[in-house]
Amino acid sequence: MSEAENTADCIFPHQHLLGIEGLKEQDINFILDLADKYVEQNRKTNKKTDILTGLTQINLFFENSTRTRMSFELAGKRLGADLINMTSSGSSIKKGETLLDTASTLNAMRPDLLVVRHGSSGAVKLLSRKVNCAVLNAGDGTHEHPTQALLDALTIRRRKGKLARLTIAICGDVLHSRVARSNIHLLNIMGARVRVIGPSTLVPENLRELGAEVFHDMKEGLKGCDVVMMLRLQTERMLGGYFPTISEYFTLYGLDYDKLSVAKEDAMIMHPGPMNRGVEIDAEVADDLTRSAIKEQVEMGVAVRMACLDILTRKKRQAEK
Amino acid sequence: MSRYTLYKNARLLDPATGMDMIGQILIHKGKIADIGQKITTPEDAEIIDCKGKCLCPGLIDMRVFVGIPGANYKDTVKNTGEAAAAGGVTTVCVQPVTDQIIDDMARVEFLDNRARKAKVNFIPFPAITKQLEGKEMAEIGLMSRSGVKAFTDGNKSVANPALMMRVLQYASMFDALIIQHLAVPELSENGVMNAGALAVRLGLPGIPTAAETIMLERDIRLLQSVSTRYHAAQITCRDSIEVMAAAKKNKINATAGVAVAHFALNEYAIEEYRTFTKISPPLRSENDRVAVVKALKDGTIDVIVSGHDPEDPESKRVPYESAESGVVGLETMLSVSLELYHNGFMTLLELLAKMTCNPAKIIGLQAGRLEIGFPADICIFDPDAPQKIDPEKMISLTKNTPFDGRPVQGRVLKTIVAGEIIFEV
Repeated sequence: MSEAENTADCIFPHQHLLGIEGLKEQDINFILDLADKYVEQNRKTNKKTDILTGLTQINLFFENSTRTRMSFELAGKRLGADLINMTSSGSSIKKGETLLDTASTLNAMRPDLLVVRHGSSGAVKLLSRKVNCAVLNAGDGTHEHPTQALLDALTIRRRKGKLARLTIAICGDVLHSRVARSNIHLLNIMGARVRVIGPSTLVPENLRELGAEVFHDMKEGLKGCDVVMMLRLQTERMLGGYFPTISEYFTLYGLDYDKLSVAKEDAMIMHPGPMNRGVEIDAEVADDLTRSAIKEQVEMGVAVRMACLDILTRKKRQAEK
Repeated sequence: MSRYTLYKNARLLDPATGMDMIGQILIHKGKIADIGQKITTPEDAEIIDCKGKCLCPGLIDMRVFVGIPGANYKDTVKNTGEAAAAGGVTTVCVQPVTDQIIDDMARVEFLDNRARKAKVNFIPFPAITKQLEGKEMAEIGLMSRSGVKAFTDGNKSVANPALMMRVLQYASMFDALIIQHLAVPELSENGVMNAGALAVRLGLPGIPTAAETIMLERDIRLLQSVSTRYHAAQITCRDSIEVMAAAKKNKINATAGVAVAHFALNEYAIEEYRTFTKISPPLRSENDRVAVVKALKDGTIDVIVSGHDPEDPESKRVPYESAESGVVGLETMLSVSLELYHNGFMTLLELLAKMTCNPAKIIGLQAGRLEIGFPADICIFDPDAPQKIDPEKMISLTKNTPFDGRPVQGRVLKTIVAGEIIFEV
């Protein structure tokens, strides 16, 4: 179980992927390098390999998800794993079973990979302590969403050739975003300069302690940026409490060509999806093929998740041989 | 107005600089062109002799309710402007409370348009929360960007602490001033007068001073983690004054105001259930009134307001509990406040600062000072002229003054806005 003894035969020294915080630069590069290879594989007609043949992957989603769950599902299938989806609706979770009881029940079925999303920060880590297999965090509360940060990193690295020393702005509801947290950690580890931009109600000053420069004026924050990452604004939860109206939000923090004009000429635009056009991003900007990397992000997502599934099962597979 | 006007032989009182001397002031194109004991005057200048009377910056009243838009039966912008002018007030800060709450740019612009008909400056203070409901923030950012300087929910508190915290955070980005009415709703909504022995005797439900102090303490606590500019619209009791004094000592960015009624009257003014004494916060005990006077002197309270709030006679000619809160006060603000000077509690300059340079500084207005380049908004008054307050002579449409029949010393002689004389006796 100890993570240290893995290092001998596997470069990746972690049993689980629970977050970006705590990873090292070489861990991240290791995942991204492998993901690059899976990108090539995914572009072929025959996308399937058999490296996970005989292994069981369970996608355990306590919170609704379409794209992340599908992305993990495709990743597992393309690697040949047997795959089951379990969602909160219509399962024992809805019948009141506790998280840890669900974990030990599933563990008894001897899965090899558990992909878990949960609405509470820290829940995936709690669950990982009760199971024997590798656990992948597919998003826990407002804490971390490591595979999203990895796919964002891969997208940037493939367009810009590097991550180090790039200036990257993360804009919007940083306070409630697990995507933002994972990205701030990852980009700092890789030596990029991270800025966070948004109203002071959604971008608190103490984000500085995570290693991000804080801006409340969007143009000031976008000045000279190489990459602009937009976050999804959960309008239904935020309206009135954190900012007054959508029109005020869009005027001050919606990404449009005017605000973008102060970023670098070749600045790329990213969004984890799904987008709210006319809220956090202008439709024209979102559809700008030369700048927007939003579709690439989705493609990179499958490759990055394949790399993670591959890496986290290597030790087990090698031991069987 | 390309002509010059010289006001000579005036007792120039400029609280911002402490100037108090006989001199002259030259006005050109609506601005103060020069000021001093001896100044060069163009030959064709119109000369007005002030005969040694006091000349100070026009008064700025941070708390005035106008029935625009939608409640013209209370008072119109034009008439409110005339009442203000009669009281030496040149700038009126309009509370958002009316039939159609001023909580977005469209309403602000509507009021701005109407205000062009008035002779004094009207400055809208729009709502902090939509419809004054205390639930959702109004468009503080867009309104600030369009030049709005201060926000207030008027006679309502932003009661939800989570919302208030985010309002303060949000407003700090625009350097907007947040003005809070201090009243914990649960402690004040059923009361009609100060809680205490008198309320018990009169059989009226009371509002404890804690309703005010708790809200102030809470806000000061929130302000420890944000640097927003905060103004307590009215503090009226000893406990609140202690909280405010401590906050200022701890360098919290907070200021405070008080209405004339709160230092000129105590709860006994209610006498036989006189509804014209019903205001929010209520008139307090004599102990609290004395504390307010002291706090004005020592600077814990920065601003005096009229709290001018016209109520039509029908909403006052009812039992005390059913009556609306509010008193008119634009026309009596200066003359009643001068009691503090005549009684020796404050100097004339100290008193005038509370109605001129202090509010200007807090709001962020280029006004309230006798300084070259500043707008020629001026009040000329005789601090000694005796008069008896007579509601029938008031310009305000409604006559709900609590000072009916009160003998006072002090009378406004001329009010000048942007160089133009808009009131004269």
